[in-house]
Parts: sequence; structure tokens; C-alpha cells
Amino acid sequence: MTWVGRSLRRFEDPALLRGEGRFTADVAIGARIVRFLRSPLACGRIVSLRPPPDMPADALFITAADLNGTATIRPMLHRFAYRPVEQAVLPADRVHFVGQAIAAIVAPTAELAEDLLEAIELEVEAETALVTMDDALRPGAALVHGIAHGNVAVEGIVQSAECDTAFVSAPHVVEIAIRSHRQNATPMEARAGCAAYDRATGRVRLTASVQMPHMLRTGIAELLGMPESDLQVIAPDVGGGFGQKMALFPEYAVLVWLARHHRGDFAWIEDRYENLIASAHSRDQAHVLRGAFADDGTLLGLEADILANVGAFSAYPTTCGVEPLMAFAEYPGPYKVPAYSARARGVLTHTCPMAPYRGVSRPVITFGLERLMDRAAKAIGIDAVAIRRRNLVDAFPHQTVTGLTLDDASYVETLDDAVALLDIPAFRARQAAARAEGRYLGLGLAVFNERTGYGTPAFAARGMGIVPGYEVVDIAMTPGGEVEVRIGASPHGQGLRTALAQIVADRLGLAPDAIRIIHGDTDRTPYGWGSFASRATVISGGACQTAADKLAVRLRAAAATVLQARAEEIVLRDGAAIASNGSSVPIAALARQVHQRSDLFEGFNLAETASYDPAGTFSNACHAVIVEVDAETGHVRIERYLVVEDAGRIINPLIADGQVRGGVAQGIANALFEEVIYAEDGNILTGTLADYTPPTAAEIPAIEIHHRETISDATLTGAKGLGEGGSIGAPAAIANAISDALAPFGIEITEIPATPPRIRALIRAAQAPR
Amino acid sequence: MKPAAFDYHAPETLDQALALLRDHGEEARILAGGQSLVPTMAFRMARPSVLVDINRIAALAYTNVEEGELRIGALARHAWFETPVTPHPVGQLLATIAHSIAHAPIRQRGTFCGSLAHADPASEWCAATLALGGTLLLARPDGRREVAAEDWFHGVFTTAIAAGEILAEVRLNLPRPGWRYGFAEFSRRAGDFALAMAVVAMRVEDGMVREARIALGGIGGRPILARDAAASLVGRPAGADTARDAAGRAAEACEPQDDIHAPAEYRRDLVRTMTRHALERAFAA
Ligand SMILES: Cc1cc2nc3c(=O)[nH]c(=O)nc-3n(C[C@H](O)[C@H](O)[C@H](O)COP(=O)(O)OP(=O)(O)OC[C@H]3O[C@@H](n4cnc5c(N)ncnc54)[C@H](O)[C@@H]3O)c2cc1C
Repeated sequence: MTWVGRSLRRFEDPALLRGEGRFTADVAIGARIVRFLRSPLACGRIVSLRPPPDMPADALFITAADLNGTATIRPMLHRFAYRPVEQAVLPADRVHFVGQAIAAIVAPTAELAEDLLEAIELEVEAETALVTMDDALRPGAALVHGIAHGNVAVEGIVQSAECDTAFVSAPHVVEIAIRSHRQNATPMEARAGCAAYDRATGRVRLTASVQMPHMLRTGIAELLGMPESDLQVIAPDVGGGFGQKMALFPEYAVLVWLARHHRGDFAWIEDRYENLIASAHSRDQAHVLRGAFADDGTLLGLEADILANVGAFSAYPTTCGVEPLMAFAEYPGPYKVPAYSARARGVLTHTCPMAPYRGVSRPVITFGLERLMDRAAKAIGIDAVAIRRRNLVDAFPHQTVTGLTLDDASYVETLDDAVALLDIPAFRARQAAARAEGRYLGLGLAVFNERTGYGTPAFAARGMGIVPGYEVVDIAMTPGGEVEVRIGASPHGQGLRTALAQIVADRLGLAPDAIRIIHGDTDRTPYGWGSFASRATVISGGACQTAADKLAVRLRAAAATVLQARAEEIVLRDGAAIASNGSSVPIAALARQVHQRSDLFEGFNLAETASYDPAGTFSNACHAVIVEVDAETGHVRIERYLVVEDAGRIINPLIADGQVRGGVAQGIANALFEEVIYAEDGNILTGTLADYTPPTAAEIPAIEIHHRETISDATLTGAKGLGEGGSIGAPAAIANAISDALAPFGIEITEIPATPPRIRALIRAAQAPR
Repeated sequence: MKPAAFDYHAPETLDQALALLRDHGEEARILAGGQSLVPTMAFRMARPSVLVDINRIAALAYTNVEEGELRIGALARHAWFETPVTPHPVGQLLATIAHSIAHAPIRQRGTFCGSLAHADPASEWCAATLALGGTLLLARPDGRREVAAEDWFHGVFTTAIAAGEILAEVRLNLPRPGWRYGFAEFSRRAGDFALAMAVVAMRVEDGMVREARIALGGIGGRPILARDAAASLVGRPAGADTARDAAGRAAEACEPQDDIHAPAEYRRDLVRTMTRHALERAFAA
């Protein structure tokens, strides 16, 4: 019996459920309050910026002039014609998007800070904003940044003669143009930071709601030109990140600057309005996808033209290449694609910058590819399941046309499972009966793979100036026999304290509650990259396993001394080291002896370090959904939502299912609800949660989850990542289901979110006399 | 703290509240449930310098039935209506409607009269009061005056209320038997303001509609009566065809607004469908 595989309740939850979590705002009590003046215009020249007329003596007004000497945020890519656009921490002369921080006010109270913020005298000379990709790509358009000609910040091109040939000779060429509108990850806790100055040491402790504490420390130290070790970054309880909290935001640099220069404590707790307009957005993409198919549905070639609106700047460290380049590299998905041509561009506009959001581009490419599959099936006259089966990769390892290696997975099997669970013939009968009553039911499928747990090589292939990848774990046993595991990853809701403890417990013969996972503090953990990209359980988990194994070697050696046996005959089980002759010693007693009687164990300790940096692995899933569309209102009701997921070895099924459910909920949001809307002048219209509309619990159906466990040798633990999959499959599955429901009208969904007004507009157009 | 600075008073009688309003003039605002006022203050879109909190005026916390009317005091909360406040069919209508207003915590605080005073174009209580031909009772320093629901709504968030007045009570007619009611609305998410709604009241005798009122909400600056559509019902049999025709008329006649949530054309579609649903529900009642 192992701890891995058990649905252990999360160690994290009792405190959170009792309201005893410790978030940045809890830490910030007593600090001086920082508020940011945000640009009211999308594009223009700052003509004048003056402090409030009646500044009290205990308030501060900070502008670019104060930060003189601070470097610019300038992440780098060494490939893909990347243009290294720069972002000043506070702009001196121009504004680039509505919501951009221009100046900061510091006041002893929140009330006063708000009042002063209003009284700042700002004059900006408005210039025409480029808001949409069409605006920015128009020949002769003004430039968002002088160095990015044509407003293209990054461009990937792959041209294949085989692909051209395939399209010339293929009996069927199917094309689809898709549009995904802009989203905000909307973590429950918005951004927050509190920088505290320590007069004794001159160091600053920045507590912040972030996903990459070590990276943030590096980035801020570089910006401010300070020794990195003078900064400690703590990520306490973090109320969700979803990628939005990876980026190095200017606001945090201002906080640390304030703490250093004004030797005090300064806190900024972002409000929802700021988060909605000025944190980071994502998924604002438009693709044209073409597939060349044989008569039997075999895919012969794929062509993709990918545009991503990356906003006004390039997020550090991922750069604004993260969306277009992921779509570029991963479009073929789980299918055998023999030939591929693609062009992907990141387009600069005067809008809030793009940053990764759960799934990054994969929700969009899965939407494109899975809609293409349905459209092709229809065009060729074969079944939607059959065309997928014909093209899914079924022999592993598989080398993709874009150079990725697909490890063992269950693409066909998860599809078959879903199809069996659905009972499609019965559904078709029900669908026909409903149509006769004027009710529109539809069934949609989405099969996809999800690249997870990838280390250095994957990021290096993108040409990133900063190449993330490895994770380091320090493990040590206390004299009391508990295990302290210090990880560089930085969980923020994923339950890693529980899952990693399960991995370590098995290797040491201990119970998980003897394992303490320590994270989110640059003073107490080894350098690491953080939690993102469905990587922490795989990479940090692999490093934990190796570290625990190394510690186990030490424990067995120590036990050998105590039990006078050979180390090889000792096993660690049920909290004891047991020799083959049955004699044993409790591990806790052993730990005490090693620490306190070091004369018996010369030159010996109970600490180890391990690191892990895998090439990556692909998990996979099939989502299937049944919807009912009200043709009169355009309302979509989800009747059934089914996920058949394969993420290799499941460390903790309860946590895994939670990840899938949360992801699907965000995918449903993407498919049906959420859209950041800009006015033509670049003003943002969705600045409250009444206008930007995430679904509530009432709109999310029960989600039925089934697992397969294909164990590939791509990871040490056999686990694959699954943090993003839920959000990846949902938009495609739902769009396919709506399209199936509305087939009698000849309607297909090519734009998400498929809101009721959009669906009604399609129906109205379909019914209009031609 | 997000709101601009303000002074706060919590009178315990209506007279004290009226006196405070008189003393502070245009600067003062009533605070009832706070579910509309406080968010707008947090955005500093509203910045009253004086708040007169009426929540301690116990005499305003009631609903009762007198003289064939349901009388709703200024502190009657949305949640009170979730179970029928009267056995009259209007009680059931209000209960159905109450569940569509916002979310449970908001319904514990928000008030019926506050909704009428605030006059959000998508307020369910506003449309219902119009459909039921309600009367609004305003307290003022020199006494009281009454305003008919039809004269109350002037535009988005503007009403017939005058400076210094408090909406003390709303009265809804509880007519003799034979009247039936129906309500339908469409909103994107549970608890959202509706994109369109219809409240209907009608008298049906021997299967024929004799009198009818249809109020529409959520479509423009204020709730409106769909008079032509309602007139078209009279003398026709209660049934699906009647409902469809009248709903079509209501949709054609209204002038819905465009916003980021719904283009005008879409709202018109919703008016048609919601009116039809409301009528069918009334017929089936
Ligand atoms: C998330 C959310 C969702 C919501 N959804 C809905 C919905 O679906 N449908 C809906 O109808 N409402 C909705 N509301 C609004 C809610 O119903 C409010 O409670 C209601 O609009 C106002 O009532 P109140 O008592 O809270 O008034 P307050 O917010 O206290 O006051 C509103 C305005 O009316 C004035 N006022 C209040 N009472 C009186 C009085 N007796 N005399 C004179 N002036 C007065 C105030 O001065 C103020 O100007 C929602 C609110 C929120 C926050």
C-alpha cells in the first residue's frame, strides 16, 4: 500500500476553509498604502504630471523621475525575429494602454491615498490608439514601439514543400477561421505586494501574491540594480494565479524601491478594477487553419496562420512570444500530421499586455483543430469519431512534425472510453426526437494532448533569454524525525504540500504528515522557477523523489550502524528501519541519534539535495459534452460534461479531479462567458465583474471525470502534469456541441465566447431570406 | 476605503430622517440596503457628503395587507418576499420574482423601496410595480404625497422623487379573484441584472382575456408598459397563439438599447420570448 494514489485530503485546506490562511493583505496590515495612478488613455504623450495640490507631509508622490536609474523590463528571445520591446517601471513620456501605472501615491491610510490619487494633475495628449490586430497590421499603421516594424514583435515561420504538395494533390481541403476573444485569468485574489525594510540588515522583504518568487527577486534586483541577496521574496497563501502571477509587474518594483529609499513598509493591494484592466490578458487570437485530407479522412497536411494580440508590452520572463509560439509549435496536437506549414505573429497593440493563462494557446489551438476535424468529417462525409480515430497518434514514441516527442499516451483509448460512456446512438435518437419538438441538443468532442512537465530543453528551443526548467529540492530530517523538504516551486492552490508529501512518504516509509513541504520563500528554499505550465508535481515531484531516495540511503546506512546489519538489508517501512533479521529502530529515534550522537556516525548528516530537469511529457484527454441550445435566446445549457483524462500516475486523485474541475470551469468561461471588451478608442469597457462575466457555481454543471493511467518513462514518478487540461478541452468540446445542436440551421461556432447574442445573431442570419 | 469622505447619520424616526434631509439638502442621500448605493460610492460615481441611514427606523420595516392593497414599507428586504407575503396570487408572483433578484446575501439587505428609488432599468421590482399598477407613497416634511407607478420612472436612475422626500411605502393592488400573473426574464448568469424581462397581469374570464397589463424591463432607460400588446390580448382566448401574437407586438413596439451585454436586436428577440413565456405562465396559472 502506497501513499501515492490515495485521495488524501489536502493539508492546505483546513486553514483556508476556516479563514485562517495568510495572504499578502494579511501581512500588509500596518504598512503605508500605495495606490497607482493609471492611464485614462490608450495612447498618448504625457504633457504634464503634477502632484496633488495639497500633499500632506506624510504622503509621497512617485513618478518616473524618482526612479531615475532604474532599468527597463526587457525580456529576451533570441529567435523568431523577436523585437525586444522595453517597458519602463513608470513611463516618463508616453502611455501605452488604459490602466498602465503612471505614478504612485503613498499615504498613511487607504482613504487618504484614494483622495490624493484623484487629485493628481495629469495631462495626456491623446493619439490614435491601435486596439485591434486589424488596426495594428494595417499597412502604414503607426508603431506601438519604434523597434517593432509593422507592429509584429515576434514571428515564427515554417514552410514545407511537402505541405504545399499535400494541398495540391489532396482530394479535400478544409479551411476554418477561428477567433478567440480576450480573457483575464481573474484569480480570486488580485495582485498584492508588501515590501518591508529591515533596518538591521538593510534588506527588503517583499511578500507578494506571485507564482515565481525566485524569478521575481532576480527581476527586481536587476531593475533596481541592487544585490539580489538584499531582497527576500515571500509568496504566502496565494489566491490563484493561473499564469497571471508569473510576470514581473512594474508595481512590485516600485514597492521594493519605496522600501529601500524610504526605509519603511509599503503595501499595494490591487482592487478588482485594476486587476481587470491592468494586470495581464490572454487568448486574444485569430487563426486560419487549413487541412488537406484524403478520401478516407487521413490528414495529409496542416497549414496555420496564427495571430495573437500581445498588447502593449512583453511580459517578463515568458515574453510576448509565449502565445503565438506555443500555437506555432503545438498545433498538430495529438494527430499524425505528416506535413505542416505555419506562420505565427505576435501583434503589438495599445492594450493591456498578454501573459500566460492556464493552457496558454492550447485552448485556442484545440478549438481550431477540433473544429477543423468536425468540419472535415462533414465535408468528407465520415463520422466525427472515425476521422479522429484515423488520425490520432497510436504508436509511441512519436516524433511530431514540429520536432516534439510524444511519449506513451492513450489518445485513441480516451476517445473510445468517452464514446462508450456517451452511448452516441442513444443520444442521436434523443436528439432527433428533441428536434421534432423544436429543441436543439448537440454533442461535442475534443481530443487533445497537453505538453507538461517540460524542463530546460523546451524553453531553450524557444530561444528564451531566461531559460526556466529545472527544479531543486533540499531535504533534511530534523532530530525529531520529521522531514523538511524545501522546494523551489511555488504552489498557490494546487495542493502540492499534500501531493509531494505523499511521494516523499513512500520513499522513506513515513506517513505524509511527517513531511513538511516548505515553499514560497527565497530565504528558505533553493532557487527554482515556480509553479506554472503543469510542471510542479512532475518536476518538483521528481526532484522530491530523488532527494527522498538519497535521504533513504543515509537513513539505511545509519540504521546499519545501529542495528549492526548491512545497509542493503534494511528497509524503511511504517516509520521504522527494519533489518532482514527483524530487528528494527524507529526512524525518529534514528534521527535523534544521528543528530545528537554524531560521535557514533562520524561525518554524517541527514540532508540531501536533488534536482530534476526532464524533457517533458504529454498528458492527454478527451472531453465530451452534451448541450441544449435555446434557439430563441441563444442560451446554452450544459446537460452533461465528461472528461476522460490520462495524466499517467495519479499521485492524489482528489487533487487531480479538483484540478480538472477548476480547469473545465475556466474553459466553460472561455467558451461561453468571458470577454474583455475594448472600445474603439482603447478604453476598456469590462472593468467590473458585472461587465466581465465569469460564470458562477450556478452555471457550472457537474463534471464527470474518468482516469486512465498510462505510465510512460518520460518522468521519474510516472506522473504527468494535469493542471491545464481542463481549460484546454472545454472550449473546443462546447463549440463542437453547439455546432452539432445548430446543424439544422447550418451554423458552426468559430468565435468564442459563444455568447447568447452571438448565437442568436448566427441563427437570425441563417433564417434571413437569401 | 474607496468612497469619498461623507458624514453619517442614523436617525430612528422618519421625522428625524426628513429633518436631516432638509438640513443637508442636495448633499444628502438615503442609505437603505446599500446594495446599489455602496458599490457606486466605492467607484466614486456617487459621492454624497451626507448619508442618512434609515435602517434603524423600525417603523418602516413591514409588509401588510390593508384595504385590498399590499403595503410595503421602506425597510422590507428582497428576501422577505421569497416566501409569499400574502396568499393572494400577487404573493406568489413576488416570490417567484424575488428569487431572480441578485444573490442571497444581497437579498438580505436590499430593499423593495430602494429598488424603486434607485430605478435601475433592469429592476424586477420596478417592472412588477408597473405591471401591478402600484402607488408610491412619499414622505416629505409637510406630509405625504402619492405617485402612480406609471408616473414614477423618468429615465435611467431618475424618478419623480423630489429633494427632501423619502419613499416610505409602495402599495400594490390585490384585485378580486380572476387575475393571473406571469413573469419571465433572461440573464446571463444567476443573479445578474436581466437583459430583458416581462411581468404580466391579466384578468381571464371564461377562457377569454378581459384586462391585461404587460410591463417590460431591462431594455431601455426605464421599465415600460407594452400597451398595444396588452390591448391586443383583450377579447382573445387564453392560449399559445394569443401569447405569440402579443409577444410579437411587444417586441416590435419596444425600443431596446445597445450595450456590451446585448445589441438592441438581441434584446428585441428576448422581449419577444420573455413576453411569450410570461403570458403562457399567466395563462397556465
Ligand atoms: C451583484 C448585484 C446584483 C444585483 N442584481 C440585481 C437584480 O438582478 N435585480 C435588481 O433589481 N437589483 C439587483 N441588484 C441591486 C439590489 O437589488 C439593490 O438592493 C437595489 O437596487 C437597491 O435597494 P437598496 O435597499 O440596496 O438601496 P440602496 O443601495 O441603499 O439605495 C439605492 C438608491 O436609492 C435611494 N433610496 C433607497 N431607499 C430609499 C427610500 N426609501 N427613499 C428614497 N430614496 C431611497 C438611495 O439614496 C440610493 O440613491 C444587484 C446588486 C448587486 C450588488
